[in-house]
Amino acid sequence: MDIPFTAHTLANGLDVLVHEDHAVPIVAVNVWYHVGSKNEVPGRTGFAHLFEHLMFEGSQHYDRGYFHPLQEAGAALNGSTNADRTNYWEVVPSGALELALWMESDRMGYLLPALTDAKFENQRDVVLNERRQNYENRPYGLAGMAIVSALYPPDHPYHWLTIGEPDDLRAARLDDVRAFFKTYYGPANASLALAGDIDAAQGIALAEQYFAEIDGAPAPPPVNVPALSSNGEETRLLLEDRVELPRLYLAWHSPALFAEEDAELDLLAELLGSGKTSRLYRALVYEQRVATEIAAAQNSRELGSFFQIVATAAPGRTLVEVERAIADEMRQIYESGPTAAEMERCLAQAEAHFVYRLQTVGGFGGKSDQLNAYNVFLGEPGYFRRDLARYREATAERLQRAARQFLAGGRRVAVSVVPRGRIALALPDSSPAVVA
Amino acid sequence: MAADRSALPIPGPERPFTFPDIRRRTLGNGLRVWTVEHRRVPLVSVIVLVPAGGSADPPDRPGLAAISADMLDEGCGDLSALDVHDALGRIGAHLDTDVGYDSTLIGLTVLARFLDRGLALLADIVTRPRLEQREFDRVRDLRVNRLLQLRDLPPAVADRVFAQLLYQNHPYGHLPIGTERALRAVTLRDVMTFHRRVFAPGHATLIAVGDATHDELTAAAERAFRAWTAAKETEPLPDPDAFPAAAPPVSRRVLVHRADAAQSELRIGHVALSRRTPDYHALLVLNMILGGQFVSRVNMNLREQKGYTYGARTAFDFRRAPGPFVLQASVQSNATAEAAEEAIAEIAAIRGERPVQPHELALGRAALTRGYPRSFETAEQVARSAAQLALYGLPDDYFTTFVPTVLKLTPEDITRAAAQHLDPERLVTVIVGDRERVPGEVMLVMDSP
Repeated sequence: MDIPFTAHTLANGLDVLVHEDHAVPIVAVNVWYHVGSKNEVPGRTGFAHLFEHLMFEGSQHYDRGYFHPLQEAGAALNGSTNADRTNYWEVVPSGALELALWMESDRMGYLLPALTDAKFENQRDVVLNERRQNYENRPYGLAGMAIVSALYPPDHPYHWLTIGEPDDLRAARLDDVRAFFKTYYGPANASLALAGDIDAAQGIALAEQYFAEIDGAPAPPPVNVPALSSNGEETRLLLEDRVELPRLYLAWHSPALFAEEDAELDLLAELLGSGKTSRLYRALVYEQRVATEIAAAQNSRELGSFFQIVATAAPGRTLVEVERAIADEMRQIYESGPTAAEMERCLAQAEAHFVYRLQTVGGFGGKSDQLNAYNVFLGEPGYFRRDLARYREATAERLQRAARQFLAGGRRVAVSVVPRGRIALALPDSSPAVVA
Repeated sequence: MAADRSALPIPGPERPFTFPDIRRRTLGNGLRVWTVEHRRVPLVSVIVLVPAGGSADPPDRPGLAAISADMLDEGCGDLSALDVHDALGRIGAHLDTDVGYDSTLIGLTVLARFLDRGLALLADIVTRPRLEQREFDRVRDLRVNRLLQLRDLPPAVADRVFAQLLYQNHPYGHLPIGTERALRAVTLRDVMTFHRRVFAPGHATLIAVGDATHDELTAAAERAFRAWTAAKETEPLPDPDAFPAAAPPVSRRVLVHRADAAQSELRIGHVALSRRTPDYHALLVLNMILGGQFVSRVNMNLREQKGYTYGARTAFDFRRAPGPFVLQASVQSNATAEAAEEAIAEIAAIRGERPVQPHELALGRAALTRGYPRSFETAEQVARSAAQLALYGLPDDYFTTFVPTVLKLTPEDITRAAAQHLDPERLVTVIVGDRERVPGEVMLVMDSP
């Protein structure tokens, strides 16, 4: 099980990775830029994502929108921004590969001449509407902001969410766009993966043809990461929202993506919260019926992750009861670790997930996206097997140790989201969270 | 060689793509077994399709089909509810239940080496659910809680009110998830009766796609499902072909008040056509041009020119009986009236005032034809596509004739289909938003549930 590839780095620093898979006559083009909201500064949050939108508004040599020629060629395409990286992808019929490379290279090399105030204003409105739709007008939509702002100090690059603050988005100027592009969108800060119905040598030749002319740029400035206080009092916050049922979010700092014990905590999240036989679902939803839904996740990120448990109270039950039930289950994990049956199940599921990940060449999570993830974060595009090995090598003892160290021993943030006007439903001693 | 940036590269010829060959068998008990060899990745996706979903709910039991499907994996055969999921987890299998208006799909994806074990579990789930009172009470509570939470989710509220307005007492007048009141009234006996009636081998189609031969897939399906027998003397399944036409809506403009809403959730549409319409391909192309992709008229207008929304789209929801045409968007509150007016104007204009242009036709057709092979990449995609053939009774050569049929369409065909099947006079508008911030005439204001 693997994603075989051929690699080549252009003179300007752009990494090119090609994976052949001729089953369907399509090719995935996938570009990662190693920039995300972690590269923003307070007062200009949300900028990396707003910038991503502008990448779809045309470039110097084709300035009539990015989607049109590609959709006319039968492409699917999209992009996304998170704290650590920005990615862009097209999946095109094999015959349209050059078109996709032309378009991707034109916006990597020649975005700024096509940039206008009108485009900028329009996309800022679109992003403000994206924020309203996915955060402000959505039940529990602001909880994520409360969590990261409590987990990370104000000068930490994970203190804000990728969508940013409305005032910061309104304060952004066209000059900021130009500076951001010049700093972060150079070829040496990017990685290009091609996967699908393509010959590897031809893929590399085409990458040379379209991307080699783009000038290199100096490496972006390093991200300043202030130290985190891992000890200290628990932080308890509350948010009033238009919801029927109160919900509790618990979060802890945890090891960074691919760091020691990241995989163990990912498996722990699986056995705590995934499926009906998981510990927390079984105890809180199935047996005690104190909660109506439960989730657990290791949110793996480059500079440091956070482990999260989310539970929605059943009608008539309180968040205090929910918290106590979670604490009881966690105590058993700290004291006795996972059972053999739990380990067998979560390892089988992890193994199957690696197979499922080999099904698509493109899009979010497809093979091209995985090659770029391994390359950008580790400099090892061939990491797939070792990634799987991280999971295979996990044991009950290692999960228990990680749970003790990072969850039992770590500082916790608890956010209670309660129906408006019913503050008493929050965990005791919670103070109001300040979110926009 | 440097890139020539004076013009865009012209895409080369499309490489041939062979659409999946479906082998069809019928077991002795009447179960249709369709198999597709798809040997890229060592896994198999299996779907069991029964042609009954939300539209098969009795009039006083909206949500019965959905809760019945939900009960399938809450204990079956010799296994308790937790045992089933423990067994699925041990082989890394992924179970997925999907209740639509006219169908219920139970899907299982499993590593090929666990095919027999996975199919045995799937057979227990589909054919031998225990349907116990204790589990039913719990599942019903969870579904009621889910409906409680959906009261606060604007898209869910808009979908529900839109379906009610368009269809009222018609079988499509409620969402498959049902209503709180109906779920509180539903009994385990209702579920048992529904299961006996719907889950019978003669109604079902099993589709297995993956890394094995036709013979291996068929034999495995037969081993697992041959003991399945139909219950005697059950009521026949409802026939959507016999559904009466929906009555005209009682109101054409409805606002569901949500105080201080950050945006207005919009639904604009009317009852349109069934999956069997001869204009199916023309309407797919029409939709691509009007609102079915990023560069469509509606999205370019509302998002890229006006900035009113993060995205606007349209769709024909083809079902066995006529389903809706719907435009949907979440728009900033102070632009609600303008956004609705623009949207309705786009729907009206494509009928003739601004007819489909050749370059738009090229764009709409290409999105469907050149992108078509992309829909057959994974085993699950292939299985779901095959399920469409089974559900709608489409011809065996449907996949191979799709592209040539679309390529024959002319701009006039599309404009004619728009003029014939879109009717601005019949459009119904649902707005979930703050009534203080939505100017204009609203005929009916409802409080948020």
